[in-house]
Amino acid sequence: MCFTTNFWPFLVQGLADGFLYALIALGYTLVYGVLQLINFAHSEVFMSGGFASYFVLEALIGTSQPHGMASVGYVAIGIGAGAFGGALVAFLLERVAYRPLRRRNAPRLAFLISAIGGSYFIYNLAGKEFGRNALEIPAPFLNGPAFTLFGATIQTDYVVVAICAIAMLIIVDRVVAMTRLGKGIRAVAQDAETASLMGVNINRVISQTFVIGGLLGGAAGFLFGLNFGVAYTMGFTPALKAFTAAVLGGIGNIRGAVLGGLLLGVIENLSVTCIGANWRDVVAFGILVAVLLVRPTGILGERLGRSA
Amino acid sequence: MTPVLELVDLEVRYGSVPALRGISLVVERGEIVTLLGANGAGKTTTLRTISGLHRAHSGRIVFNGRSIEALAAHDVVGIGVGHVPEGRRIFPRMSVLENLEMGAYRRRGELKDDLERIFQLFPVLGERRRQDGGTLSGGEQQMLAIGRAMMSHPDVLLLDEPSMGLAPLVVKAIFSIIDQIRADGTTILLVEQNATQALQLADRGYVLENGEIVMSGPSEEILGDQRIRAAYLGEGAAS
Repeated sequence: MCFTTNFWPFLVQGLADGFLYALIALGYTLVYGVLQLINFAHSEVFMSGGFASYFVLEALIGTSQPHGMASVGYVAIGIGAGAFGGALVAFLLERVAYRPLRRRNAPRLAFLISAIGGSYFIYNLAGKEFGRNALEIPAPFLNGPAFTLFGATIQTDYVVVAICAIAMLIIVDRVVAMTRLGKGIRAVAQDAETASLMGVNINRVISQTFVIGGLLGGAAGFLFGLNFGVAYTMGFTPALKAFTAAVLGGIGNIRGAVLGGLLLGVIENLSVTCIGANWRDVVAFGILVAVLLVRPTGILGERLGRSA
Repeated sequence: MTPVLELVDLEVRYGSVPALRGISLVVERGEIVTLLGANGAGKTTTLRTISGLHRAHSGRIVFNGRSIEALAAHDVVGIGVGHVPEGRRIFPRMSVLENLEMGAYRRRGELKDDLERIFQLFPVLGERRRQDGGTLSGGEQQMLAIGRAMMSHPDVLLLDEPSMGLAPLVVKAIFSIIDQIRADGTTILLVEQNATQALQLADRGYVLENGEIVMSGPSEEILGDQRIRAAYLGEGAAS
């Protein structure tokens, strides 16, 4: 029954959520690719992007009601501000919390603790500085029904999220596949020492990888904030889901992160309509465990990762 | 003429364990010099220290008259040292073409002529240019590793056991290509366990034992030395 009446609206909602998960998941998967490290502070990179876009749009839009081309411009500015904020925090995080440990050849556990420490630091700093309540991002466009698809009404913000996310995902995929920067990232992921013999500055590539992850995660923070506002707590759940999505698709694998994100978003939302809203996360994480039992490396496997 | 590469009293330690106990060697421009020795003698450590993957504890590495022992690995390749690492270490999930492009990572500009040259040296790489490096056979991977290092236009090519795990015919082909590369103007420092073949190819050799050079000289001299024959060339082991 759930596949007839409510299928399409929930599918669309699921895809919209999934695109956000995918954007965040790429930050985890890219960093894992080059460092074999889960950057647990990525949730706060996402949150920082949300706040950066909030402050910029608050200053630019205020209480006015943009429409038409102005809306497109403000969305672009919001994306840019979020991306910049996320990239800046990700860059600093790598410099302060991870690089010194790398230089000292610290054990893996030290990186994990440093990640958690960095995460809580940013989280609590944001809570103290920006207040404990959610702030609403001034709407860059008038939300409303954009069009109907199989009887489901598609809201404008879904369209915005989808278009922005797809554009960014395609750009990242192409950058990693084709540019010199992308080759450096893949080379470090496959064999860092040999990459350095080729002239790749490993530290620089790691920095660039954090920045790319931060750009995407920060932009996702803006897109998420459009719907739910921004708050210092906003990062935790979406980032945990995105991490899950990255593992589901195959950690270290860029297309796997996108696939995992979309799957997780869709499964979550269909479980809401098919089983019940309370089952949402139970089903999502149940499926994660089930997939990993069958395919421990995720659906697409680890492709950026270490050489065989 | 100054030698293209010179190691002066080079000492390397892993923690407190000495790996190289002050070795000195000279490689003149246009030579093939081979570094022989048993497993663990320090051959690979020597090459890795030249390339900046290990830090020298003391001593100097002089390349074209310049001390380079403090240089980072990613900068050493930029000044003209190509390194074909032990075990080939090609990037398995990059195409043959991308692997070769990685070799020219520090160079800007057109690579067409360089690729052409590599494909002339190794026609099989040209045929497989779109294939992932990891799908090549061992011999092809070795050719790719050598071609990749040549893409940086090295003055000196460091080769770490290019014959490892390869069939005799393939080894022969690879050694003749090494000779060709030298004839084209690249100086070569060759680390080998396959001592007889290495000495037949090289002009001079050094023998390493426990991190020290115990013998050096022209290849024929080392080939003719009774102790070396017994220890490294697999003769007289039974007697």
